[in-house]
Amino acid sequence: MTASPSASLRLGAYLRAAGSMLISLAATILGLLLVTFIIGRVVPIDPVLAIVGERATEAQIEAARVALGLDLPLWRQFLIYAWDALHGDLGQSIRTGQPVIEAVARHFPATLELATLATILGVIAGVPAGVLAATRPGSLADHVVRLVGLMGYSMPVFWLGLIGLLLFYGILGWVGGPGRLDAVFDMMYEFEVTPVSGMILIDTALAGRWDMWVNAISHIILPAGLLGYVSMAYISRMTRSFMMNELSQEYITTARVKGMPEWRVIWVHAMRNVLVPLITVIALSYAYLLEGSVLTETIFAWPGLGSYITDALMVNDMPAVLGGTVVVGVAFVLLNLFSDLLYRLVDPRAR
Amino acid sequence: MTLLSVKNLRVTFDTEAGVVEAVRGVSFSLGRERLGIVGESGSGKTMTGRSVLRLIRPPGRIAADEMLFDGQDLMKLPEREMRALRGPRMAMVMQDPKYSLNPVMKVGAQLMEGLRQRDRVGRAEAHGKAVAALEAVQIRDPERVMEAYPHELSGGMGQRVMIAMMLIPNPDLLIADEPTSALDVTVQAEVLSILDGLVRDRGMGLIFISHDLRLVARFCDRVLVMYKGRVVEELAAQDLLHAKHPYTQGLLNCLPRIGGDRGPLPGLDRNAEWAR
Repeated sequence: MTASPSASLRLGAYLRAAGSMLISLAATILGLLLVTFIIGRVVPIDPVLAIVGERATEAQIEAARVALGLDLPLWRQFLIYAWDALHGDLGQSIRTGQPVIEAVARHFPATLELATLATILGVIAGVPAGVLAATRPGSLADHVVRLVGLMGYSMPVFWLGLIGLLLFYGILGWVGGPGRLDAVFDMMYEFEVTPVSGMILIDTALAGRWDMWVNAISHIILPAGLLGYVSMAYISRMTRSFMMNELSQEYITTARVKGMPEWRVIWVHAMRNVLVPLITVIALSYAYLLEGSVLTETIFAWPGLGSYITDALMVNDMPAVLGGTVVVGVAFVLLNLFSDLLYRLVDPRAR
Repeated sequence: MTLLSVKNLRVTFDTEAGVVEAVRGVSFSLGRERLGIVGESGSGKTMTGRSVLRLIRPPGRIAADEMLFDGQDLMKLPEREMRALRGPRMAMVMQDPKYSLNPVMKVGAQLMEGLRQRDRVGRAEAHGKAVAALEAVQIRDPERVMEAYPHELSGGMGQRVMIAMMLIPNPDLLIADEPTSALDVTVQAEVLSILDGLVRDRGMGLIFISHDLRLVARFCDRVLVMYKGRVVEELAAQDLLHAKHPYTQGLLNCLPRIGGDRGPLPGLDRNAEWAR
């Protein structure tokens, strides 16, 4: 009888929070579409000329203008653009004439796979490193973590990538080279594996093709390790400072007064509180990787979203650039929403 | 019978500006009685209390000729054995439950932690004991409080939870470090009388740290007055209001009195000679 009013109160508050979240989600995505729409109109690239070519007649140009809907008032153009985008139509690539959404659907899983693995590696390495540094400030371990982190911050990724390829692929031959698979497996993957997620590691595992899976691992491990190192540098620094802050709190003394062992004080009492801000940090670093790290994807010939957008930009294929940008933006927004929900789950005060 | 005997306790902090001495040669002993430690902020009373638990955070360092607890010298115990004493044998209630309870753990989980982790007690039994402990500190709906998070409790409730949590394993020594200073005046008396009752019933030794002299005079058997890391006067609680030492007298004089004149209160006279 005491539990039900407070439970329904909590549910009500949660629903209200979820409602306001949905509204802000819708507003953000609409804003994103508006921005990409405006960019599409202000860049000095004429979409008509890009389609019909330089030697078209006046009549041809006019016909293309009408076909693209460019004769309509701007606000109607935007509504059509937004309506189409919300229905998964991001327009047609000028370069290929194919729907942008199909190309994005092919490229995004590659980026997603790389970013996810890199983030997992970054968390696995970064969180314990940060905790180690925080629990022994000024020790050798602290200095090593700081130095390794500093290198991750300051070494250019393309340089590390090239050196890594030279050393581990060229000289030692420990890992696969550029691309997601060896050429042999590339063909086999195309014809023998049903694409479920578009992520090779998941699809080959589902198909039970472990030979291909191992080959994919050997290709992804170097770029993922590299990006994971960069994200580890960031995560370990933040973990260290969050952990040091929590360890100076009074509830930590309480746990020690209760006679709790040090591992429990750190990994249960302090860690649960560290998680609250750390979730945001991890989500941000993941989102950053999801944008597709152009340099890494270029060096490793990784057919991800970053290299897709860059290639499109090189040939003035604005629908492809903006379509890719919208997808990255939506992924960013969804990730933020997810981290917000997780945050509420971890921190009872935020509910 | 002596429960705790401390000889020449010193707490020092190595800072960039040099070595700061927070406690400078404090000695006292404690039976199963209530010992008050009073003094102004920075006099070293909190550090003295935490030293007994050996919970001074680096760069702080504890040194003592001897710190006997129930026949064992705490200074010589390895950390492992020290940890085994914390909780079941000695415990501490801190100033503000807003900070001393873990904000992201349910009250119930925090209450049961010692039982579950250290004593390997089953979930149902631990729950029963935690509820009983909450009832002992006069919490009316313990089941609801078990499910609550610390921020959902008032200060008085929080401090009662804290007291319940520390008293579950029935320690021999309880250190109460300003246990009512963060509470509203109206609930101070209530929390204090709960603490008093439990300590009496279980025959524990209590170190009661406070800056409130009148409270200590009423509540304790014996009082240490600390100033700049030293004990300047030790006396029976009933004699506190007639203290001889000028520092203690100064502390008393700067307390306002109901019905007293409304002129400015005298400032505290601090003489470095007393701390020699």
